[in-house]
Amino acid sequence: MPTEILMPALSPTMTEGKLARWMVKEGDTVSSGDVLAEIETDKATMEVEAVDEGKIGKILIEGDTDNVAVNTPIAVLLEEGEDASDLDDFTPSAAPFASEGSDDTTEDTSDKEEPAPRVSTSKTPDAYDASGEIPEGTEMVKMTVREALRDAMAEEMRKDERVFVMGEEVAEYQGAYKVTQGLLDEFGGRRVIDTPITEHGFAGVGVGAAFHGLRPIVEFMTFNFAMQAIDQIVNSAAKTRYMSGGQMSSPIVFRGPNGAASRVAAQHSQCYASWYSHVPGLIVIAPHTAADAKGLLKAAIRDPNPVIFLENEILYGQSFDVPVMDDFVLPIGKAKIERPGDDVTIVSFAMGMRYALEAADKLAEENISAEVIDLRTIRPMDMETVLASVRKTNRCVTVEEGWPQSGIGAEITAQIMHHAFDYLDAPVLRVSGKDVPMPYAANLEKLALPHTDEVVAAAKSVCYRD
Amino acid sequence: MARQSASRAKSSASNAKKSTQGAKKAAPKFSKEQIQKFYYDMLLIRRFEEKAGQIYGMGLIGGFCHLYIGQEAVVVGMKSAITDDDAVITSYRDHGHMLACGMDPKGVMAELTGREGGYSKGKGGSMHMFSKEANFYGGHGIVGACVPLGTGLAFSQKYQGSKDITLCYMGDGTVNQGQVYESFNMAELWNLPVVYVIENNEYAMGTSVKRSSAQTELYKRGDSFNVPGEQVDGMDVFAVAAAGKKAVDYVRAGKGPYILEMKTYRYRGHSMSDPAKYRSKEEVNKKRAEHDPIDHLRQTMLDDKINTEDELKEIDREIKAIIADAVEFAQNSPEPQPEELYTDVLA
Ligand SMILES: Cc1ncc(C[n+]2csc(CCOP(=O)(O)OP(=O)(O)O)c2C)c(N)n1
Ligand SMILES: [Mg+2]
Repeated sequence: MPTEILMPALSPTMTEGKLARWMVKEGDTVSSGDVLAEIETDKATMEVEAVDEGKIGKILIEGDTDNVAVNTPIAVLLEEGEDASDLDDFTPSAAPFASEGSDDTTEDTSDKEEPAPRVSTSKTPDAYDASGEIPEGTEMVKMTVREALRDAMAEEMRKDERVFVMGEEVAEYQGAYKVTQGLLDEFGGRRVIDTPITEHGFAGVGVGAAFHGLRPIVEFMTFNFAMQAIDQIVNSAAKTRYMSGGQMSSPIVFRGPNGAASRVAAQHSQCYASWYSHVPGLIVIAPHTAADAKGLLKAAIRDPNPVIFLENEILYGQSFDVPVMDDFVLPIGKAKIERPGDDVTIVSFAMGMRYALEAADKLAEENISAEVIDLRTIRPMDMETVLASVRKTNRCVTVEEGWPQSGIGAEITAQIMHHAFDYLDAPVLRVSGKDVPMPYAANLEKLALPHTDEVVAAAKSVCYRD
Repeated sequence: MARQSASRAKSSASNAKKSTQGAKKAAPKFSKEQIQKFYYDMLLIRRFEEKAGQIYGMGLIGGFCHLYIGQEAVVVGMKSAITDDDAVITSYRDHGHMLACGMDPKGVMAELTGREGGYSKGKGGSMHMFSKEANFYGGHGIVGACVPLGTGLAFSQKYQGSKDITLCYMGDGTVNQGQVYESFNMAELWNLPVVYVIENNEYAMGTSVKRSSAQTELYKRGDSFNVPGEQVDGMDVFAVAAAGKKAVDYVRAGKGPYILEMKTYRYRGHSMSDPAKYRSKEEVNKKRAEHDPIDHLRQTMLDDKINTEDELKEIDREIKAIIADAVEFAQNSPEPQPEELYTDVLA
């Protein structure tokens, strides 16, 4: 029996990659450990090694092919005694080609044989109108969140000599998650600085440099490690303007991946949005799309205040439309109605938006029109837009990956109760990460994270449709 | 007997040096004007702090108030070694540092009383004061926090290609904070222009150096990072100024950080509310009697005929008047407007 060689996943979050080139050709004999092909992900180029011995019977996917989904058969290996004729009646298992933008959850699903989903274009008076952020007719390009973040930093560094990046592995290694790729080459070691593993120390060094007039971007390899630096972030960066009667400022951006990645368990999977959201003197941003990542990171770097910029490892590799503009900067503190609707408001941010948007699709099929709001900035929070929407829909569900107690959903719920109590037709429901440390086992991890069906169920519940 | 540095076995052998304490306290290197300024500045701090202690007792100052009495020679000597463009940062025991930086006693005192005329408009208090103008970067209440911050100031100075340097002060208790070593490492690694001044006043609140530190020779604390260190008689303003100049020259020449351990002593409690039961009255009295930096300088000035008794009395009167003005200002300056509650949170 010929065996299939499958497209491997080279990291826990990889879903697809480019089959860059074959290092073997049909008919070659290989033994385990031989390099078969090179694969490129958005992070790196890696080699695929043979696991079994045999002869390459057929190459199913040519070199230089983009978007090959993980587990797609890419070649067939013949065992000893087999030859090409054994392939005649061999059909490789389905090749799930990932389409460009397969991760775009808002994709049109109208070709399915289901009742036409309910779509709304209704306006929400008093809500922030994001439609003017990108002028009509602007050319758009597909770009990953990772590239968008890198471009934002590079553009600001070109503009302003005071801007520099520091953190672990940001320079020579090109970023632990390759977000700072290419910056060392362009800006040199003076402005792209590898630090020792010393979070508390380099966070403080960044704040001191900001006091003194520079504009540091401090990358945390992940925000889990920023707990060692939280004293400098809260006590030094956030409070000094106030404590100095407005004399000193700390224009600094702390950025890095936040929240659950994939299968890295409790100490590496935590959402810090509500932690930093608690602190006056900080700005907290947590974008979902690449366009928002770019426009808001540029705004964060220019902002005179300390900014916590929460990224997400799973989103790094996702592509979104980004406007081609000389200087695309978005306003901090404004939510975006990502999808208008009439029956229920779903409020989320960052990865939570994926569940929210998927849920909105499913709800549409059941004739429930959900308005999905992406907070984008967590502090200051754009409650006007949320309240305007709730006054229209009279129902609300919040979605976040963080824990429920004292979470972002708890804050939104309290604010709605205070400011829109009379408009509510149902109690606000929260969908959140479960109240446990993140487990490792795949099934338990899935259970611990919020998922789309929970959002659907909560939305139906507040619509009294369950 | 001086103990050997722990790292002597290594080729990078200790750069740390113990000063020749008790060596002849020679004044001649300094001009008459410099010596008079030392006296003036130390006395200003002493009188300011005595007054602050007094009005604290009257209920005009609240919260924590950490006095600097006894340690004046450290900041005054060090200030003589830097320029006005150099940066200074310290912890919560900061009144002396601010006055030495030339900040207005009125503004400092009014901050202590929590008034609008204070350096932080009354919103920072004793532990949190800043002056961009004087290049004084605080005033930080968290033990150890000012060390990475000061290292960051030096990072910026180097990044901007300026010739300025940073004086980063910390206490003997502070040197047991991890972030201090994170900073020493980065400063040496990146060759940053910072002098770390350890003010060893023998106690961190009620804990003596012996009870908290495995290595009590604090000037050696940079050994693992190849940061040179030196111990200095911090009760002798001439010794401080001379060691300060040497360290500042080294750092300004681009050779990286330098550590100065100042052996000093605080006469008062840790803060106003400290009954200081952890040490004897005799210990304090002995230090005061034998090592007071101001008394000692005064005697030298008279002995060396730099000033007459009358001239020194005139300086005393002048300083008394400045302090009286500061207190009056601090009492009469209004409390901040209620609207100030919500200002200065974000720009
Ligand atoms: C991180 C932290 N822990 C504890 C305290 C409480 N505290 C304030 S001052 C102090 C003693 C510090 O002593 P030292 O560094 O010797 O400085 P000194 O007061 O003698 O000037 C302590 C424990 C604090 N402010 N910050
Ligand atoms: Mg002490």
